[in-house]
Amino acid sequence: MGDDMDITGAASGAVDAFLSETNLYLAPDPVIMNNHGLEPRTAYEDECISKESDPVRLEIVRERILAGVNESFEMLENMGAAPGAKWGDCVSAVYTESGDLSLASSGGVVIFCNLVQYPIKFIRKYWSKDKTVGINEGDVFIVNDARYGQAHNTDQSMMMPVFHEGKIVAWAGATVHEGENGAIEPGGMPSLAEQIWDEGLKMSPFKVAENYTLRRDLVTFLQNSVREPKLQYADMKVKMYVCRRIETRIHEAIAEYGVEAVVAALRMNLEDTDAEVRRRLKEWPDGTVRHSWWTDGTLRENVQIKINLELTKKGDELTFDYRGSSPEFTNRSNNSLDITVKGMLAQLFLTFIWPDIPRNQGVLAPVNFIFDNPSVLKPGFGTPSAQSMMTVFTAWSAGQVATMKFLYSNPHKYTRVLAPWFNMINTFLFGGLTQHGEMVGNVCADINGMGGGALADRDGEHGCAPIFATMSDIGEQEFIEEEVPFIQIVSKKMMKDNQGFGRQRGGMGYQMVLAMRDSDAFGFMLTAMGAKFPNIPGLFGGYGCPTYPLARIRGVNVFEILKNDPASFRYSIEELMNERPFPDAQYSTHPMTLGYTLAQRGELYMIAQGTGGGFGDPLERAPADVMRDMDEGLISDDVAWRIYRVVYNKETLHVDEAATAKARDEARRERIAKSKPFDAFCKEWVKDKPSGKVPYFGSWDDKTMVHAGDPDKLHPAGQVVPPVVMAHPLQVKIDKLEAELAECRKSGNR
Amino acid sequence: MKVFFTAALTIDLDKETWECAGCGHELGSARDNYKKGLLVRDREPSEIHAPVLDAERYEFTFAPDGDWCRILEYCCPECGRLAEVEYLPPGHPPAHDIDLDIDALKTQWAAREPLSEPALGPEFVAPPHSH
Ligand SMILES: [Zn+2]
Repeated sequence: MGDDMDITGAASGAVDAFLSETNLYLAPDPVIMNNHGLEPRTAYEDECISKESDPVRLEIVRERILAGVNESFEMLENMGAAPGAKWGDCVSAVYTESGDLSLASSGGVVIFCNLVQYPIKFIRKYWSKDKTVGINEGDVFIVNDARYGQAHNTDQSMMMPVFHEGKIVAWAGATVHEGENGAIEPGGMPSLAEQIWDEGLKMSPFKVAENYTLRRDLVTFLQNSVREPKLQYADMKVKMYVCRRIETRIHEAIAEYGVEAVVAALRMNLEDTDAEVRRRLKEWPDGTVRHSWWTDGTLRENVQIKINLELTKKGDELTFDYRGSSPEFTNRSNNSLDITVKGMLAQLFLTFIWPDIPRNQGVLAPVNFIFDNPSVLKPGFGTPSAQSMMTVFTAWSAGQVATMKFLYSNPHKYTRVLAPWFNMINTFLFGGLTQHGEMVGNVCADINGMGGGALADRDGEHGCAPIFATMSDIGEQEFIEEEVPFIQIVSKKMMKDNQGFGRQRGGMGYQMVLAMRDSDAFGFMLTAMGAKFPNIPGLFGGYGCPTYPLARIRGVNVFEILKNDPASFRYSIEELMNERPFPDAQYSTHPMTLGYTLAQRGELYMIAQGTGGGFGDPLERAPADVMRDMDEGLISDDVAWRIYRVVYNKETLHVDEAATAKARDEARRERIAKSKPFDAFCKEWVKDKPSGKVPYFGSWDDKTMVHAGDPDKLHPAGQVVPPVVMAHPLQVKIDKLEAELAECRKSGNR
Repeated sequence: MKVFFTAALTIDLDKETWECAGCGHELGSARDNYKKGLLVRDREPSEIHAPVLDAERYEFTFAPDGDWCRILEYCCPECGRLAEVEYLPPGHPPAHDIDLDIDALKTQWAAREPLSEPALGPEFVAPPHSH
């Protein structure tokens, strides 16, 4: 192996040059991919900063460029053809010449552009010197392979170098969650992917336009690789022109302020952010906050998967230690790349903790990360990660809980402490032929309807925004129905009792009842965790969310029912499933992990969005707030009594204050009576291994050792041998049925 | 000096102790796990997140599965205030979730004014309406 050769001096340079020129395959470069910090200041940046260092002037330049980036984001959102673009699941940004993200648009998804630093650095390192590629003014590059730097393969980014007098001075980038990418299932987020080659398009960074013109040969190839060829072309054009608008605005800023001011502003933006984040971290208490959470499946089977976090703050640095989390699943798509975890956490700081900080990657410069390698949060190169959200969102929420425990005591805050936001994509992916004869594959914008966490003095907001984009939209249902052949018969209707209980309650989730109407070939899929184990906790005595199933009613055409006997329809999941108004239909519930399934006209698919976590002891919730929730149909009499202990007149909702105070005192006394001191409790309760009733993955009490499904077997973390390979769920079912059949035959023969 | 550490827990820096933020009851050394001073109760998760769908008929009902998840409730032994709720698989060791460097905390607060109540942070101001 070349690694073992001991070559020094001049010869080593020649060997390096030889190896780099004869490299047969340019895989993602670990030197690039393992560094989320800032590139060193270049000599040119140094020169520019020595000429332009007045912070007021640099701030004016920064705001000027930001206005251009925000303008380009408006273009992206308004012109983008993908549903993701229309509802804010996109972003545009400016990068330094070295490729660091310096200015992201004020709206949109920060994680996307934070990850685009990696492909830009790859392009600089490999394509700039390569005679067959090169980087020229007017070139545009594209990428979607997450391993080179994307959140997941369903996103596509385009990147354009910005030249000034023959020299690159910055980069422009635009990213859209495009959806369809030719994977084994439509919509770009295949839960069926068992190999990376099942995940569809694998665009490493390559040049797709020259002289500001897309190469039609390459575009045609890409169109043939996906289910939505028109969308592929349309959005490539949109992203290219978005980059071009940023380029124009940078050129204008250069014309007005000089190139030195622009280069200095982009660089100082990063260094100033780094310095300010360090100053703010110094205000936090020093120590460690530990928080573990569990997801309950791979999307193919229900198993218990641990995400383990120890967050340590010391001085002006913060360390996210995720060791002890689950091993990787080598033939499942729920693994998340470590860069995705880092990018999501940048979003935590930039939108939930310090929303006043400029949106750039300097925010992560004082932050360290530790992962077991490989593990579910740092999978191997050949391991699928198309459904990274199934683990990265849990890793993110663990970070949200842990940071809030550091923040609460700070005398000076930049935003308020918040109970966990709901974090899972309780939404439908869809695909097939539309009523207009178009082939589509994408996702409902309800992905953005996650409930907000409660605050210390305020309830969370209902169906508010996703954790990855605080400013986004859940879309106009009627508008969506013009394009796709299904309707939401019940849409955006809050689901009763679907609440993160607390002194302040979480923002609640709404229910969705869907039926396909106008297509001969159309189907749905669902890809969400949390049917067995809830997705998020509450904070400081508040509760988390409940669990969420998929409910289905088959063997019915509700459009006929709505035409012939509309009074028999029920407008909530609870009533439809418990009252069973359609006598011949089949009613069933499932985890929210439906593989792509063709829909029959008029059968019902029903889910609910999740609630944010509650804040504080529910027995301290103001009775008037409980009654307001009652009045709005958000909670039942059962919850008003069982959780909140409010005594009231059920007709008038008039609260009996004295009786309520008495009932709450009794409830507190009952709590004390039924509880035990911690040490005594632990002696009885703590077991030395998982119960064995559920396949368990990850550490138990020692983060250096992990389970890989078997409660009796431990492996050193990062060294699980043999690696986790899950059996095909159908094979598991067949084996079980065959065993049953054999048993029946045996008893039949007797 | 008191540090309001969570909505339910206060640290008395002079005594180096955890206290209940509700009633002031002392909960043990601030250098140790505050949970040791609290009472704990293991709850079947459906007692909190009750089934919305008929549990007789359906496997998935909106209630967490007790084989997968338990809810530990920690309360003040004096006033009964719920201080923390922890979701765990059955038998999993509870976390030592807040583990502080008390000496560093003392140094930090030596330079700060004592607070009379927790600082909530900036008030929400709605952006100006424009379109
Ligand atoms: Zn108390």
